[in-house]
Amino acid sequence: MRKEIRIAGFGGQGVILAGIIIGKAASLFDGINAVQTQSYGPEARGGASRTEIVISDEEIQYPKVQNPDILVAMSHEALMKYMGDLKDEGILIIDPDMIDETEIADFVKQHKIKLFRAKATQTAQNDIGLRIVANIVMIGAITNITKVVSYDAVKEAILDSVPPGTEDKNIKAFEAGYAMDG
Amino acid sequence: MTKELFVQGNEACAHGAIKAGCRFFGGYPITPSTEIAEDLAILLPKHGGSFVQMEDEISAIGAVIGASWSGMKAMTSTSGPGFSLMQENIGYAQITETPLVIVDVQRGSPSTGQPTMAAQGDMMQMRWGSHGDYEPIAISPSSVQEFFDFTVEAFNLSEKYRVPVIIAADEIIGHMREKIIIPHEVEITPRKMPKETPEDFLPFKPTKNHIPEYIPAFGEGYNVHVTGLTHDERGYPDASSPKAHSKLVTRLCDKILKNREKIVATETKFCDDADIIIASYGAPIRSVSAAVSLARDEGLKVGYIKINTPWPFPEKQLEEIAEIANDIVVVEMNLGQMVHEVERIAKDNAKVHFIPKIGGNLHKPEEILSKIKEIKKI
Repeated sequence: MRKEIRIAGFGGQGVILAGIIIGKAASLFDGINAVQTQSYGPEARGGASRTEIVISDEEIQYPKVQNPDILVAMSHEALMKYMGDLKDEGILIIDPDMIDETEIADFVKQHKIKLFRAKATQTAQNDIGLRIVANIVMIGAITNITKVVSYDAVKEAILDSVPPGTEDKNIKAFEAGYAMDG
Repeated sequence: MTKELFVQGNEACAHGAIKAGCRFFGGYPITPSTEIAEDLAILLPKHGGSFVQMEDEISAIGAVIGASWSGMKAMTSTSGPGFSLMQENIGYAQITETPLVIVDVQRGSPSTGQPTMAAQGDMMQMRWGSHGDYEPIAISPSSVQEFFDFTVEAFNLSEKYRVPVIIAADEIIGHMREKIIIPHEVEITPRKMPKETPEDFLPFKPTKNHIPEYIPAFGEGYNVHVTGLTHDERGYPDASSPKAHSKLVTRLCDKILKNREKIVATETKFCDDADIIIASYGAPIRSVSAAVSLARDEGLKVGYIKINTPWPFPEKQLEEIAEIANDIVVVEMNLGQMVHEVERIAKDNAKVHFIPKIGGNLHKPEEILSKIKEIKKI
């Protein structure tokens, strides 16, 4: 089953790393296939930044995302820019503190979007004491809500990807995200 | 030990180079190839190799040619604008029969064009970019694993045929991440040192299949004269003899053309009963294979041929395709380059159609499917 995921935010939030970790979890630790791509150029700094992951238990031919099954938005600007082609009845995960929900209410209703709220930035700041692990908190929420990758695989992928010495904080951030009820 | 990594195509290329025995990189960073240089700047010193950032691409390939003649397996990586600057020295590497690898991660062009977007606009520059008659080898990966595998293959081909080998990659394959498996050991074609004494040795005398197999490194005691001028088997200039020139340049071409079947690589899928066959290479293969799956789901008899070696062009393989199919559809990310080769080979045996694409994005599988339906008048 092919699943298309897009994670978007502003440059510096670590959305690209989030995409790499999910792709790595699927392909190296869950033993299925994954392709990760990302936005380049001026949009990767400051403005809206995005990463896309295709996950499948079959061979992945076309490597790009056309209509995501899952959209994760960590900033309002990125949400507005990348929301349009989300599949009907698709999953939308937002960081509610970063988003003005009044602007998306119609879209969510019209396309029967399954909306989840994950307070990634606030949790990173208050529970972990590090705002920069908001992306890892979000990975926890994605793992729990979508089940496209397994808990164990993501943990392995995080340990394989973060700088030495930061493992504990990152795993704590992942677990805090995973524990959210959405 | 076998290793599994989830990396970008460019990173896979750097790992492939190390595995193939590359110990010198001379280059100038350019998007979308920069990660190859970045990774080799880290990896080469750890493997006893050298990384030199040159002042531009002209000197970059010059340094690579020099490194190769000092016995190193050597490479550079670039994109369209840098590849253009390398053209004169590519001809020099051709006439001096210098093994080396050039990675061209193609981007939107001409000129500075679209640095972060994909294209396949350099295919004819790979073929004809330098002046004069010569036969290049170019291989084109369509997955991250292939970028690793084909880099190893590029070094082996360059050593075997004593030619610069070009890896015709593109931004999509260079930048996307997939799993790669790095085997514990890969097959490597080693540099062959001469057996004769320096007095008896002729460095440019073909010893097998039109190829001079033995290359003494500078400093090994052999008096080797390396020149871009037309030369004899000793390597000494003989630039005004029509006979000497004809002999040398004909042999340079023959060592590729007469070994074509050993060099070319293609893969076919669903071609046996197909009335439409799609021909493509590089990243667009990913769209082509998806489109063929969609077509087969609808019961349409469509197959594809994946060209791994655009140069030398796999003529016999395309002749066979033209015998099977009524229609051939060429899919490439430019306004028409390899399609001319397909037309040249297909002649009247099959009708050749073309789906061009520029702007930086891959063909969508649906675009290819709708062309198939247009041909079938569905």
